[in-house]
Amino acid sequence: MDTRKDKFPHGIPGHNLSEIEREIPIEEPPAWPINKELKVIGKRVSRIDAHDKVTGKAKFTSDMKLPGMLYAKMLRSNVPHAEITGIDISKAKSLPGVHAIHLIENAPKEGEENKGSKYPMVKYAGQPLGGVAAESLEIAKDAIKLIEVNYQIKPFVIDMEKAMEIGAPIVFDVPIEQQADGGDVGEVHDGSKGKGNVRGPSTSSFFGGPRGDLAKGFEEAEVVVENTYRTQVHTHMPLETHGVVVDWKTDVMTVYASTQNTANVRNEMASIFNLPKSKVRVVCEYMGGGFGAKHSAGSYGPMAANLAKKTGRPVWLMLDRKEEHIAEGNRPSSIQYLKIGAKKDGTLTGIQQRSHGTAGVGLGAGVGRIAQVLYPCPNFATEQYDVLTNAGPGAAWRAPGNVQGAFGLEQAIDELAEKLNKDPLEYRDLIDKSEVRKVERQRGAALFNWSRRQPAGSGKGVVRKGLGVGQSTWPRFVTLDSSVEIKIHNDGGVEVRSSVQDIGTGTKTILAQVVAEEMGLQVKDIKVNIGDTFFPVGPGSGGSVVTGSITPPTRNATFEAKKELLKLVAKKWETDSSELFIKDGKVGHKNDAKLNMAFKEATKLMRTSQISKTASRSDDYGGFQQPWGLAFGDLGSVQFAEVSVNTDTGFVKVDKIVAAHSCGRPLNTGQLESQINGGVIQGVSYALYENRVIDKATGHMVNANVDQYKVPFSMEIPEIETLIVEEYSARSSTDAYGIGEPANIATAAAIANAVYNAIGVRIYEIPITPSSILKALKKVS
Amino acid sequence: MENKKQKGESKPTKGISRRSFIRGAGLSTAGSVLMTTNAFALDYKEQLVTGKEFGPDAMTIKMKVNGITKSLSVEPRTTLASALRDHLELTGTKVVCDRGSCSACTVYLDGEPVNSCMLSVLDVGEKEVTTIEGIAKNGELHPVQQAFIEHDASQCGYCTPGMVMSCVHLVDNNPAPDLEDVKKATRGNLCRCGTYPHVFKATLDASKKTI
Repeated sequence: MDTRKDKFPHGIPGHNLSEIEREIPIEEPPAWPINKELKVIGKRVSRIDAHDKVTGKAKFTSDMKLPGMLYAKMLRSNVPHAEITGIDISKAKSLPGVHAIHLIENAPKEGEENKGSKYPMVKYAGQPLGGVAAESLEIAKDAIKLIEVNYQIKPFVIDMEKAMEIGAPIVFDVPIEQQADGGDVGEVHDGSKGKGNVRGPSTSSFFGGPRGDLAKGFEEAEVVVENTYRTQVHTHMPLETHGVVVDWKTDVMTVYASTQNTANVRNEMASIFNLPKSKVRVVCEYMGGGFGAKHSAGSYGPMAANLAKKTGRPVWLMLDRKEEHIAEGNRPSSIQYLKIGAKKDGTLTGIQQRSHGTAGVGLGAGVGRIAQVLYPCPNFATEQYDVLTNAGPGAAWRAPGNVQGAFGLEQAIDELAEKLNKDPLEYRDLIDKSEVRKVERQRGAALFNWSRRQPAGSGKGVVRKGLGVGQSTWPRFVTLDSSVEIKIHNDGGVEVRSSVQDIGTGTKTILAQVVAEEMGLQVKDIKVNIGDTFFPVGPGSGGSVVTGSITPPTRNATFEAKKELLKLVAKKWETDSSELFIKDGKVGHKNDAKLNMAFKEATKLMRTSQISKTASRSDDYGGFQQPWGLAFGDLGSVQFAEVSVNTDTGFVKVDKIVAAHSCGRPLNTGQLESQINGGVIQGVSYALYENRVIDKATGHMVNANVDQYKVPFSMEIPEIETLIVEEYSARSSTDAYGIGEPANIATAAAIANAVYNAIGVRIYEIPITPSSILKALKKVS
Repeated sequence: MENKKQKGESKPTKGISRRSFIRGAGLSTAGSVLMTTNAFALDYKEQLVTGKEFGPDAMTIKMKVNGITKSLSVEPRTTLASALRDHLELTGTKVVCDRGSCSACTVYLDGEPVNSCMLSVLDVGEKEVTTIEGIAKNGELHPVQQAFIEHDASQCGYCTPGMVMSCVHLVDNNPAPDLEDVKKATRGNLCRCGTYPHVFKATLDASKKTI
């Protein structure tokens, strides 16, 4: 491939900024300088779709109303484990206003336990069994109530530790495959290994397998910390539930979907209905939150399509709040055993981790790879087991596994620091080799005023203050199948097209910024048309991949389109196009100030209506880490927490969080702050409030609503200060990465460490409730 | 400010309506995680319950929404939220919890915020409904809406209409709110993306620009 050499900014401004030479594809644009020398990038640019959001004009999937549209409702099992012996739909069918009923039938496979049955085996309360399409949602709901399902009940198990016992009811007595939307990343969980409900273990990841010799490591250790940490199951609860509107016309099936991944929903629907991808169109203009759970078409997607097929009419199928909680994903629980050994000087000698978690009927309940990679340690091994229970399947939830893992690891590191008589922050300076986290610790500690921290439990009085810290890392994932089209229209309009969706992170706006910066225009001049699979395929919004994957091809395609336009101007001016540039909406000449032309005038020189350029994500400059293909570097963060613990009531209040983060080149300060605030608040919620409660006697979730499923509202929001550290690594034409996952990883650990600092007793389980505090203080038993 | 949404309880009428059931269930709206009893729907007197029976079939009613009187055919079980969204296509009002605990469906009745998912459309009567679509006047945004844009006070945007309704009501009724006032005004509004800090900033900023 033709390449050229170019110099790029490298390092952290104000710390170690320098330059680095990279060999890059010859057609890619020259290096951008650091943000302070750019006009649009890195600035606080208003979200381009904010106007529609604040006026109520933004149309979400749930707001769609198409001519002739029917409303659908899912039929769900009301028992947690059973064989279905019959379903009687006769009463529902004759209800006026009902147009179609579709039941999910078993696709018998050799080796499956109910291969002879007409219907699939019920494995959890709330499992989808069918659906009804009717004139109104009320009629559809009435019809669901009229359907009679006959079950042959089987024993079931909800509690994870019970499920691990010998003789426990078996959830699946056959090997199962990895759920498509499982929680953990980077590791295919093998459901065929293991015994009973305990499957696995998974022992390796994209960071490799076990390292060194654990026995030797612990032999060398002079100080050892050994504990078991527990985290709960919690659900995503996006405000807009999962759902679709399917409009199946003769030649094309259009699926309006509340999804984080239009391309994946298209692929699933095309595959299920045996259609070419060209005849399935998935559209998502606005979506009301996903947090990892909305990558798939689910069962509601095919259900709506089947009902649309049966009725010949568009079908609206959005889940209700209860369905959302019970069936559409959750962050799996964990019971993590962690043993860390160190020498007296603090050097880590061994880390051993063993975890069990339940993703219900799904797999993927690992605790991530944070213990494997955050601190270099020569001897490391992990065993991560999935425990099957009769509950709804887990799904990726913002930094899958790592949030659970950080809760254990970062508390253990704190304990180790205490045993070594070291300040937790200073100890991390010693064992953490990351340059960006070093800067985050320094700047964060100054902003947070870490030096006021007192020894654990030294406070007096009823309400005791505590300060704590937690760290995180997240890989720089890149999706190479990320493409974008840039169009310059002959009236001066500039358009961006991709299937990539904006799930509320601000993707539309950063794409407009990238194009505006490269094209020398303003953000308002750029029209962003994304979230439509009729456009080039973009990445799914998961794993913080979007910014790092789609902004480089966006810049590259813009650069190509600009070059084409400048050639036309060069021809008119009888000069070389390489002498021309666009700045502030005008084409100019480097050596002749008299030559200039408005951008809009320049576009009139086009012979066709548009210049169109499509680009796909190229390899990172310098390639990827092998053998897993991860980008070099990581997304590091350090979060500081200040809490008040009322020792009489046990009530914990988070007063303040300082969140120091890196995401390569920051693109939009306001949006980054928003995402970090959100990650922190979800972390507060995870640490103190949320908990999915399933009744062990019936298998039903008892808090499948908003009022009893505790999350923070405005009164519980701490003061949050965000600190974004620019970090240039010269790996792509934008050198920018996401922040979605990193923002959520360290918070619960930082809070747990702060609670320990406040009361001098460590809490090993979240959510940290008033009852757990009072128990820790031995005020109640 | 706090009491704006908390007026005395109206006398319950006979029979079980959706509203009285919800009241019985003891749910609160604003401040669902606080120990307040704050059901918006308690403020409103029965408009049409005078021993007359309605339904189950649809009937035609008139309702004034954002200054325009609309005629619509609804079943008596229709909530105000459903009437707005499904019958009048005013989909800015969102239904999230459908039981008065998230404030995403906040609209005004005669200028007072209510959870439209908790109110029978038949109970609106002569009162004027204002939805998020009626907040900007003649294309000009309310200072709160403008400040939401400037301070990036929306992420996915699904809670935003309800959040704007709560904050506009505060700013229009309290000339100098402080942070605590803003928190109280939005304490029933659930935002799962966690945009609260920017909502607080935006509302405080807007209040300075409002006379």
